[in-house]
Amino acid sequence: MAALTFKGGIHPYDGKKISKDKPILAVLPKGDLVYPLSQHIGAPAKPIVVKGDRVLAGQKIAEAGGFVSAPIHASVSGIVKAIEPRRVVTGDNVMSIVIENDGLYEEAPPLHHKQLADMTREEVIEIIKEAGIVGMGGAGFPTHVKLSPKDPDKIFYVIANCAECEPYLTSDYRRMVEEPEKLVAGLKIILCLFPHAKGILAVEDNKPDCIRKLKDLVLDESRMSVKVLKTKYPQGAERQLIYATTKRAINSSMLPSDVGCIVNNVDTVVAVYHAVIEGKPLMHRIVTVTGDAIKEPRNFIVKVGTNYSELIEEAGGFVKQPEKIISGGPMMGFGIFDTNVPATKTSSALLCLLRDDVERMKPTQCINCGMCVGICPGRVIPARLADYAEHGDEAKFLKNNGMECCECGSCSYVCPAKRQLTQSIKSMRRMILANKKK
Amino acid sequence: MNVSSSPHIRSKLSTSSIMFVVIIALLPATGFGIYQFGIEAAIVVAVCIATCVLTELLYTKLMKKPTTIGDFSAVVTGLLLALNLPASVPWWIPVIGGIFAILVVKMLFGGLGQNFMNPALAARCFLLISFAARMTTFTYDGIATATPLAQYKAGEAVNTFNMVIGREAGTIGETSVIAIVLGAIILLITGVIDLKIPGTYLVTFVIFLGLFGGQGWDPNYLTVQLAGGGLMLGAFFMATDYATSPITGTGKILYGVLLGVLTGIFRVFGVSAEGVSYAIILGNLLVPLIEKITVPRCFGKGGEI
Repeated sequence: MAALTFKGGIHPYDGKKISKDKPILAVLPKGDLVYPLSQHIGAPAKPIVVKGDRVLAGQKIAEAGGFVSAPIHASVSGIVKAIEPRRVVTGDNVMSIVIENDGLYEEAPPLHHKQLADMTREEVIEIIKEAGIVGMGGAGFPTHVKLSPKDPDKIFYVIANCAECEPYLTSDYRRMVEEPEKLVAGLKIILCLFPHAKGILAVEDNKPDCIRKLKDLVLDESRMSVKVLKTKYPQGAERQLIYATTKRAINSSMLPSDVGCIVNNVDTVVAVYHAVIEGKPLMHRIVTVTGDAIKEPRNFIVKVGTNYSELIEEAGGFVKQPEKIISGGPMMGFGIFDTNVPATKTSSALLCLLRDDVERMKPTQCINCGMCVGICPGRVIPARLADYAEHGDEAKFLKNNGMECCECGSCSYVCPAKRQLTQSIKSMRRMILANKKK
Repeated sequence: MNVSSSPHIRSKLSTSSIMFVVIIALLPATGFGIYQFGIEAAIVVAVCIATCVLTELLYTKLMKKPTTIGDFSAVVTGLLLALNLPASVPWWIPVIGGIFAILVVKMLFGGLGQNFMNPALAARCFLLISFAARMTTFTYDGIATATPLAQYKAGEAVNTFNMVIGREAGTIGETSVIAIVLGAIILLITGVIDLKIPGTYLVTFVIFLGLFGGQGWDPNYLTVQLAGGGLMLGAFFMATDYATSPITGTGKILYGVLLGVLTGIFRVFGVSAEGVSYAIILGNLLVPLIEKITVPRCFGKGGEI
């Protein structure tokens, strides 16, 4: 069967070979751990500890600040040193809980002692909520909210997003190579919540070993199947993934559940497994430390809150001072100016590049080539939207479907005039969304 | 360390690399023109390119704007203009044409990508109107002669084989279908253009001729029309000019159809045997309108299940 896909998209250099064969390695934090209260979409979490408190690994230190929010747990044992604003990857200062690690890693009691078979649907969702699980692909949408659609009976597909289409990232890949059983078990748990749903493990065809392993594992699972996707960016974007696997299409004003779908990233599904089966809250995640500026690229299992600088050190440091350091992938990640920031629940990679393309390629005038139109997965006209955005023409921006942009960055990538298309469109979208909230 | 908004990587493709590919793709036609029409043709090509590049350079210097000749687009314009001129024109015609193309049509409207008419074609039309006799005097093998398309329109018999190869009178770059198609293949393979515009243009043109040409589906007639005049050069190298063709996919198709119909009308019902240049220039003017009505339906609009 031909690999599933969508219309549009790009094929950037994927850089995965740098780190794909490096087994997951545990790193222990050396310095203080910093837990920003906003590591997810929605209301910031509220601290439930005060300065001076002793906390255990896995202990809840902040509770959800609303329905769309998620609690935060300490990933080490130690003393709460401060609750103060700290810099995060986006460059903002965010209120954070700072914990001094005592090096004992004394663990808090598990979240629960129940067996999955004895749990009700509500109990499973409550455990996922209490475990602080959020979308670990990058967006950080609280998972319990995603798993609570209006009508659970009308969910027909639960899709595990195993595409990992961002260049350089290999954290999901390593997870699938080393612990595919947990992924399948996690998906099985989510399927318990939706009686009519089928489970889909959607993997890009550049990971044949994962496809083979997962196919073997789902052989006896009547409700699960592995679907092979064409390797293309942004194959793992939620809307494109839903379309590729189910031929259902949603726009920006719809939720996946509107077409009977729920999508979760690999690590998120594994976190569900850890929470429900092992009673462990979300305290770890896999971070790929890679790029041509890194001496020994690695895939680390990292305690949430660990300082990025320590990860770079663990990976042998820099070959040479990089021109650019990115938290996340090169297409949608954040360029950071300071590595003294914590890894959070959504930190998938730390990419250090010797050469910064963007700085060298100065934007010139649009030549109207239409390449951005050809590759746009949202099927808008990026060149025109960027014009409207740059002129502040909100009416035209909206009329020409500006809000349908998913900010994947493909247009800026292909533009031969090197225009900052995504940046302009993104700014306009943020402004419109912010005005709407007022 | 640098900080910027995502994405942090860029493709290698650039405006100048695209223009460079176009120049390479025009080489077969240019080479054939020079081989066929001799040193005169080479001089026209050189004068056109030099005038275009110098005009752009001077304009940017005088206006104290950053120099843009490094993107090679002025070279492309000069080359295209040359390929649209007879080899026998006096030296000052390419000079006037080049200045008109770059100064009036391109730079005064904002430079690359901002012009609403194809500079080379606009200059050709300007020259055709201003210096009609000089622009329509063609020599082949030292003898002044009409182009095969004009001969055919006048009722004379023409050799279609020679027309495909290019052994005929015409402008420097338009005669050899083979050389032009070779260049077109380069453009298609490198992804600089796709078949949306040239494909629909040629297909529509053939259908139009079949229906209204008065000669039915006579293959000889259709071959003469396809191989004759500037159609091939126009369809692959002029109609596909980025700045003056629609940015949307559906728009490109609509534009191709429009050009096919216009060329058909001009050739069948017009006085002149030609019509490609005027069809494309007219089509250029309708591009903003075409773009307006072909804004694509965005992904998932209506949420189809």
